Amino acid sequence: MDMAVTRAGIYHYDEFDREFLRERVAEFRGQVARRLDGALTEDEFKPLRLMNGLYLQLHAYMLRCAVPYGVLSSDQMRQLAHIARKYDRGFGHFTTRQNLQFNWIKLEEAPDALAALAEADLHALQTSGNCIRNVTTDEFAGAAADEIVDPRVYAEILRQWSTLHPEFSYLPRKFKIAITGAPTDRAAIQVHDIGLLAKRGPAGEVGFEVWAGGGLGRVPIIGTKLREWLSEADFLSYMEAVLRVYNALGGRENIHKARIKILVRDVGAARFIEMVEQEFATLPREKFRLDPAVVAGIQAHFASPPFVVLPNAEADLARAVSDNAAFADWVAHNTNPHKQPGYISAIVSLKPIGGIPGDATDAQMDAVADLAERYSFDEIRVTHYQNLVLPHVRQDELFAVWQALDALDLATPNVGTVTDIIACPGLDYCSLANARAIPVAQLLSERFADLKRQYDIGPLTLNISGCINACGHHHVGAIGILGVDKKGEEFYQITLGGSAGNDATIGDIVGPAVPYDDVTDVVERIIRIYLSLRQTGENFLQTYRRAGMAPFKDALHAAA
Amino acid sequence: MQAKVKTKGTAQPLVVTANRLRDGRVVWLAEGGRWAEHIAEAKVFLGEAAETGLAEGAEAERTQLVVGAYAAEVTVGVAGPVPLRAREKFRALGPSVGVAA
Repeated sequence: MDMAVTRAGIYHYDEFDREFLRERVAEFRGQVARRLDGALTEDEFKPLRLMNGLYLQLHAYMLRCAVPYGVLSSDQMRQLAHIARKYDRGFGHFTTRQNLQFNWIKLEEAPDALAALAEADLHALQTSGNCIRNVTTDEFAGAAADEIVDPRVYAEILRQWSTLHPEFSYLPRKFKIAITGAPTDRAAIQVHDIGLLAKRGPAGEVGFEVWAGGGLGRVPIIGTKLREWLSEADFLSYMEAVLRVYNALGGRENIHKARIKILVRDVGAARFIEMVEQEFATLPREKFRLDPAVVAGIQAHFASPPFVVLPNAEADLARAVSDNAAFADWVAHNTNPHKQPGYISAIVSLKPIGGIPGDATDAQMDAVADLAERYSFDEIRVTHYQNLVLPHVRQDELFAVWQALDALDLATPNVGTVTDIIACPGLDYCSLANARAIPVAQLLSERFADLKRQYDIGPLTLNISGCINACGHHHVGAIGILGVDKKGEEFYQITLGGSAGNDATIGDIVGPAVPYDDVTDVVERIIRIYLSLRQTGENFLQTYRRAGMAPFKDALHAAA
Repeated sequence: MQAKVKTKGTAQPLVVTANRLRDGRVVWLAEGGRWAEHIAEAKVFLGEAAETGLAEGAEAERTQLVVGAYAAEVTVGVAGPVPLRAREKFRALGPSVGVAA
């Protein structure tokens, strides 16, 4: 089946890209065969399978498929649904890195699954290992009303630059880059190894604010701003400079001290910036100069879809909202303003009450693909909040989209509320985890199921990680929950006040960890304390920042 | 993450467990060197006797049957061995959560 992707808004692979993927799959097929017949030991094979996104987890192999900067076409989503059906158990898990994980892959079938991915111009390269990982970005890229620069263009440039980069394929540790092009940071750029804010200069030229040394995990650190302005021409040379300094000086002897954030912390921000600038100054700039023709060529891949003038769409939507309260709730929470008059972005909630955050069945994936084809120019986005987005929906068709999503249990109107919970796979699947995350999320979702109550509580991020590696971004949740192991039992440490936005903040630990059975009640008490303290117009973070930790400590004491 | 259990000096009964190479499925060393898919069939070792089980595990790794064999603590009930630690409970029972809605 030729799955060639031809639609606007999606980066089009050429035959060179496709041949490369086919060769890579063939290579991996040979490696798997040699592992199964004993020619390769596990020690020899493990780095090879990880380079192809294949982990061995608690119950099976897990295949982490890259979704470059969270952008999928309808055809690609259908192929992911096909893989879920044929090689997994009929579902997939969308992650905080805008990727998709399959939890039940068999080693002997993994090459076939990768071949199926390649048919749709997808792969699992650099979803593991000490390399530059999938670049993440704003889920509303190319659609958001507040966007200054389309970050997909530069995310794709970074993807091409970093794929199989010979110098940066064996870094001290993994390396994550996030980029946004809007003043509201929806890509969490301050908690990435490199964070980029694309913006425009006085003459409309594109440039970048550059951050580095942020990260979560064992040592959460907010990044350091390296540059207020980096010209587009110097974009890749500066990336090279940052990576070279890190590659040369990042600690390789201790896995827990090998991320760039530790290097920046240890040498100090001023010295790190000085080293990067020195390296940058010595690079042959012309060699690395980003040619405007190259940028223009990639921009052409992300041309706007053929929007039409819709003089009555906004009025149609307003009428539908006034006629249907449930639809009005959904529009109020699950949409984002679009740059094109008459259009809107619709957020597909993968957080049904009591559901598994980020999970979608093959049927749901197929259905979302169909909706994208019919209503959103074939485009789908994966959000780092583990939801999906139909980025370009006509406002006069939004009601029909909502009805279709509702029938699929994909229209829970809870985006940004306490039940829009981020949760990693945790101890139900992950071999690194110390405690479960998913059932904690399910219990909390059920506890706060009442919509009226969710809306009264207001905007609140509740993030859960099953271990200190922090895939569930607990450090930057307004309420964060971290699973820990206490003598073989699951306990949970609570943090408060975290944020991944423009006001990026690492949450504060409330006190000793609490047992699994107490987590829901503790969060309930935290919420009640907030509601009792909040002043008119405040959200949870604002109340916490004003009132401080002290009043919230009672939430734990009551559990004792 | 799996913490290594010392076989010397522990009073806790032990089983030897691993993941099957070809599909990753969790398996336990059973009588006769067989790798069983259910912990109820696992062979229980006491103390240093688990070293023989670990040796069988190492051999099974060498012959491409399993990956990452190790000893895990259990209690022994009427239905057979029961894992002591949360991680091993979920390996034995499977995920505690269902599939997407």
